Amino acid sequence: MGAYLVRRFATLPLMLLGISAVSFALLNLAPGDPAEIVLRQRNPGQMPSPAAVSAMRTELGLDASLPAQYVRWMSGALSGDMGRSYVTERPVAAQLARRTVPTVLLTAAALSLALLVAVPVGILSAQRRGGAVDAIARLAALVGAAVPSYALAFGLIILFAVELSWLPALGYGSVSQIVLPAIALSLAPMAQLMRLLRASMLEILGQDYIRTAQAKGLSQQAVVVRHALRNALLPAIGATGVNLGYLLSGAVIVETIFTWPGLGQLIVGAALTRDYPVVQGFVAYIAVVVLLANLAADIALRMADPRLRYEREEV
Amino acid sequence: MTSDTEHARQTAPTEARRNGGPSNVGARNPAWATTGGPRRRRQWNALLREPGTALGLLLVMSLLLAGLLAPWLPLDDPTEINLPERLLSPSPEHLLGTDHLGRDTFSRIIHGARMTLLAAAATLILSMTIALTVGILSGYHGGWPDTAMTGVVDLLLAFPPLILALALAGALGPGLFNVMLAASAVWWVGHARIIRGITLGARRMEYVTAARASGAGNLRIILRHIAPNILGPIIVIASLDVGWIILGIAGLNFLGLGAQPPTPEWGAMLNSARPHLQTAPRLPLLPGAAIFVAVLGFNLLGDGLRDLLDPRIRRPGS
Repeated sequence: MGAYLVRRFATLPLMLLGISAVSFALLNLAPGDPAEIVLRQRNPGQMPSPAAVSAMRTELGLDASLPAQYVRWMSGALSGDMGRSYVTERPVAAQLARRTVPTVLLTAAALSLALLVAVPVGILSAQRRGGAVDAIARLAALVGAAVPSYALAFGLIILFAVELSWLPALGYGSVSQIVLPAIALSLAPMAQLMRLLRASMLEILGQDYIRTAQAKGLSQQAVVVRHALRNALLPAIGATGVNLGYLLSGAVIVETIFTWPGLGQLIVGAALTRDYPVVQGFVAYIAVVVLLANLAADIALRMADPRLRYEREEV
Repeated sequence: MTSDTEHARQTAPTEARRNGGPSNVGARNPAWATTGGPRRRRQWNALLREPGTALGLLLVMSLLLAGLLAPWLPLDDPTEINLPERLLSPSPEHLLGTDHLGRDTFSRIIHGARMTLLAAAATLILSMTIALTVGILSGYHGGWPDTAMTGVVDLLLAFPPLILALALAGALGPGLFNVMLAASAVWWVGHARIIRGITLGARRMEYVTAARASGAGNLRIILRHIAPNILGPIIVIASLDVGWIILGIAGLNFLGLGAQPPTPEWGAMLNSARPHLQTAPRLPLLPGAAIFVAVLGFNLLGDGLRDLLDPRIRRPGS
């Protein structure tokens, strides 16, 4: 385990360097002069003068060479300074920090909901393979994977906010306001987790040690909970990074619809107004979060699954 | 998705091994059958016996037909504004009513199928081309190019694809073409890794050594002896991919980064229907339903193809 941890953490700086390079490259691949974009943002409808553009280039530090700009951006990012928004002129890092809380709340609610439904249904579906529960669960997983979150969000708003007036459609602040966005966001990972759990449960229920547990007279429930579930959950842990990616991608859309003041709403606004420092900072931030989540999941997986500790690391 | 691709990754080399040997050199993936009529018919029958797959095929075919024939069907102009007829309820003249600018919703949905399929096909082809190039070169060549490309792939996998595509699309500026480019630029990454794995496995086969011994060049080995191994998995990955691509592209269009009004594109239609949520809920729900049907169709078909092409998981109920 120790050697494994050292190896995993040793590659971390390299990955962080790569992430920062990719995020930085995003801005510089884009057509158009950022200085001109900033001036157009701040004075809509006016054609900026060449002198103003050149002054803005100096102000934004765009007259330095690309490697110099990159080094400056990265050293800033390391000390928590990710530049300022072109549009609001506020520090990017502070904006990201402030927007993180709502997004964490929303994704946590959605993930809990997804797990709450997917785990029992996935297990039941595998246990009653071919039965009615299984058929319904598989159908639900198929449908869940195909419903676009944005269409579901509108459907939920129309049904629960407009027709029934049970829940508020938009906004942030009260518990009732998180219900609809959390449901809209949870469906895709729910379907995914359900399929995953059903498949791993089916595989495990056919193993020898399950037959042993049954043969020694354990109740079916004890077999499932004590022997099968632990192992069936392993692939779900392994998919943490992927699922986090889904959730964050979904949050971009769901937050926009429900005017949820999180990171997703921030990035969509920034992408539409070409607010590059915000986009850049956000992309790097998310990649680091996903990278660390993957690392944590891999370590958790090794701790939960002794078999992995004896194998050489897979390529 | 993970388990699906996992299956795809593991199938090809096993099949190649089982059917290996110089006599079979260059044979296409046997499960996809070029060997003869009866066998292929049997497999098509097996594919269609599964009701889900049959439904998927039906949905995909209808979608393709609608998309291909849209300009020649007796439909209203999907972009012509007709304000006196705005927000009409469904009627015999306007099967699904009209939108806030008096355009026929049915016509826009059918034309939207054309947009969606075109964008999805282009993205699929472009991203697969990148994935095949990177994956085969990396897996076949080995050495430092392999190390470098694997490093880049691992790095890019840290970025959630939709978020990277969103950032790229924003940087490139609005437009359906730019959304397609952005989606292709991020979507190849995972596939390249799978293709590299298959290539690596196939390269070690005896028939590749035999081909090299008999004087075949690299290009010939890749095309005749390695590519056939990749074909089956690629078909499966591609068919399971279309649904994701449609969802992603429609999502970017919905956010306003892609197709702009008046283009009849489903995601963009959903976006412009937002103000009419309360008064005409069918305006956002219909394009949403269209996306759902399209994604469901491709997913069902993809599941069926995977079960057919992957003998390891060909069992009831999986």
